[in-house]
Amino acid sequence: MAEAIVFWTLAVLILGLGIMVVSARSAVHSVLFLVVNFLLVAVLYVMLNAEFVAVIQVLVYAGGIVVLYLFVVMLVNLKRAPERYADPRRLGRFGLILAGVVLAEVIAIAVYSSGADGWVAAEGALGAADTPFADCGAGSLVSCNTEQLGWVLYTSYLIPFEVASMLLLVAMIGAIVLAKRHL
Amino acid sequence: MLEITPLHYSLLSAALFMIGVIGVLVRRNVIIIFMSIELILNAVNINLIALSDQLQDLAGQVFVVFVIAVAAAEAAVGLGIIIAFYRNKETVNIDEIQIMRW
Repeated sequence: MAEAIVFWTLAVLILGLGIMVVSARSAVHSVLFLVVNFLLVAVLYVMLNAEFVAVIQVLVYAGGIVVLYLFVVMLVNLKRAPERYADPRRLGRFGLILAGVVLAEVIAIAVYSSGADGWVAAEGALGAADTPFADCGAGSLVSCNTEQLGWVLYTSYLIPFEVASMLLLVAMIGAIVLAKRHL
Repeated sequence: MLEITPLHYSLLSAALFMIGVIGVLVRRNVIIIFMSIELILNAVNINLIALSDQLQDLAGQVFVVFVIAVAAAEAAVGLGIIIAFYRNKETVNIDEIQIMRW
């Protein structure tokens, strides 16, 4: 019951804020709505027993990426609203028809595949996973989730983890090279 | 209605994804398009976390960590490109960014 109330409240707020991010006139308002949206999604992660990811969400998304966006909005000083310029080559009607066809296809796929119970099969296959979810340091104050995620990240997913760190290094250098006036 | 299943989370994720896609398609400000992409990535993350909880498998959460890393990299490089472009062309309208268009 309590979970249902929290979920529906969060769902309505997340979707409403998402719509406001997309439809806000000013880019600064959009960024601020985005922060609140990220924080609410972090609450959703806590509900789903993913505490570590929730903290990462708050630190990286709401703390880091959004500040980056605010800086860019500040640097890119908008003298005239970009929405005013209309592209003469925009094929609005053709795009609408194409979108309708794709929507019909997606609905057809959903209708035809709704009979199969893939959920149960997947649960049976992955139910007994290798990761020790149940018993970790009973009585310890530290959340179980972080310990286990760290264990999995540094054993099974060590190579992808290193690749991600390389990606971040390359992105850092690339951003500096792009944004610098003269090297 | 009262019992929350993973299907509810998936539907929420799908709705948020749709909002992000509509933002990418409709808006012309590049910065807002980037924010819509962040919304899309968040929708994917919700789905991954919900299924991770459902299947009791930590792989979903590991993937979310990677998705966040890629999102950070994408934001840094993309905003760098926006700043470099704005310095040359004085615009952030996606319709005016057409130097490499066929």
